[in-house]
Amino acid sequence: MELAQDRRRLAPYLLLAPGLAWLAVFFLVPMFYLGYTSLQEGSLELGYTFQWAWSNYTDSISTYRDQFLRSLEYAGLATLIAFVVSYPLAYWIAFRGGRWKNLLLLLVIAPFFVTYLIRTLAWESILADEGFVANLLRHLHLLSANGRLLATSVAVVAGITYNFLPFMVLPLYVSLEQIDTGLIEAAQDLYASKLRAFLRVTLPLSLPGIFAGTLLTFIPAAGDFVNAQLLGTPRQYMIGNVIQSKFLVITDYPVAAALSFVLMAAILVGVAAYARALGTEKLTG
Amino acid sequence: MSTATEALPVRRAGQGTLTRLWAWVRHHALTAYAVLALAYLFLPIAIVVLYSFNDPLGRFNYTWEGFTLDNWRNWNHVPGLTDAMVTSLKIAALSSAFATVLGTLIALALVRYNFRGRGATNLLIFVPMTTPEIVMGASLLTLFLNFSIATGFLTIVIAHIMFNISYVVVTVKARLVGFDRHLEEAAMDLFANQWSTFYRVTLPLIAPGILAAGLLAFALSVDDFVITNFNSGATITFPLFVWGAARIGVPPQVNVMGTVIFVVAIGAMLANVVFQQRRAKALTRGAA
Repeated sequence: MELAQDRRRLAPYLLLAPGLAWLAVFFLVPMFYLGYTSLQEGSLELGYTFQWAWSNYTDSISTYRDQFLRSLEYAGLATLIAFVVSYPLAYWIAFRGGRWKNLLLLLVIAPFFVTYLIRTLAWESILADEGFVANLLRHLHLLSANGRLLATSVAVVAGITYNFLPFMVLPLYVSLEQIDTGLIEAAQDLYASKLRAFLRVTLPLSLPGIFAGTLLTFIPAAGDFVNAQLLGTPRQYMIGNVIQSKFLVITDYPVAAALSFVLMAAILVGVAAYARALGTEKLTG
Repeated sequence: MSTATEALPVRRAGQGTLTRLWAWVRHHALTAYAVLALAYLFLPIAIVVLYSFNDPLGRFNYTWEGFTLDNWRNWNHVPGLTDAMVTSLKIAALSSAFATVLGTLIALALVRYNFRGRGATNLLIFVPMTTPEIVMGASLLTLFLNFSIATGFLTIVIAHIMFNISYVVVTVKARLVGFDRHLEEAAMDLFANQWSTFYRVTLPLIAPGILAAGLLAFALSVDDFVITNFNSGATITFPLFVWGAARIGVPPQVNVMGTVIFVVAIGAMLANVVFQQRRAKALTRGAA
């Protein structure tokens, strides 16, 4: 009996061990090595050695300040636009979808089964100089005769918005779908207008979804380099482009590692501040 | 749910045509908006499929020149592309199999046992999903660099298993939460031991969840570019091939493969939905 109890106590740890070990070795330990590398000094020829080289941080922040700010700006804009596109869509599926809900949801995620890079390249042809979007905007005089969409920040933000949209739609849908419609009805029975019922009942109840959706969109967007590379020019490069080329082209590992660390720290600080501002700490914790 | 929205106009019928007109416009405005949003989501996909039938003049497949079936007929005529695809599929098969096993075990532990360290475990599952891919890819590379491990096929597989575990745990857990433990207890009462209970009762019941998780992991692996880019060495996967080709012109055969991946993925998802609905029906019929 005692043996059986011991086995029961041990069982969860045996189930967890292989998977968590994998995550520890290939997710947590690498974070340590990222920090370790970021304080190294030297050159590729002579090798990099650990030096407590904090200057990697101060130098990289001052050198790549523009790219950092641009990353935050583009990611923030893309998150905002994704929210505006996604909220009504998620609302419509959750409250008007009826028995087609699952199929509609499948339609929403379906486009994201086309490879990320191919999707981004498709935007390259949509926004091309002689493409129909550019021509339409020129026709409406929203774009000057020789104005471009491709190779501008508009194209980069458009690409980022599109590529991370499901991360916004899905959490919004989940939180909206869970709302007890009886509450909305009750508000309207108490003579709240539809708009007021929405603002006072539906919107606050979907706050956890808004919180999750904006974070899940903003975080990958801030670290992206694919859209800026394929749809922009070096003038649109984000911090991800700098990290990627420092690691894989220039092989200046310490500075690249320092930049990665700063990016992660900036995101963590931003998330904490955001959680505080929105007051959803108790909802997510 | 629908009664709330349908009952309202009736209740407010006396409020005048203007209010009703406004309600009608608003009702349909939302639908119109949603349809437009869906169209926006599918626009690039339509472009990808359409341009797989394009007959480009130069190396760049950006403008429509004319319809042809040549790209589909000669799908394997681009040097390196087919090999890259095969490499991607191999990596996806290996990494999704491993991640599915490791993730399912974690999900089982989380749902069915109370143990110390649950919070930390949940955190370790959650954090990789919210870490920017570039940071994960870069940090793994620093690990391999510091231990002088050459990057290549194996390091890509290691990386893909790593980022897929979390997605598998979440998917299988969702399925396990609604699981009726009484079925297992019944089997035990009928003198089945723990193992046969697991194989004959538990596993068949959670199999659709595991399958869905495996398919998701496979799809994420085939799609991954950022983490792979950092840990690939000289190995070229399908997304890496596209990345390399983007500068010199992407051959239309890439669109052919993109279309095929899309159709296969949607087919698998639909099949899974239909299969689960049939099973649910069969189960309720059996119970009645």
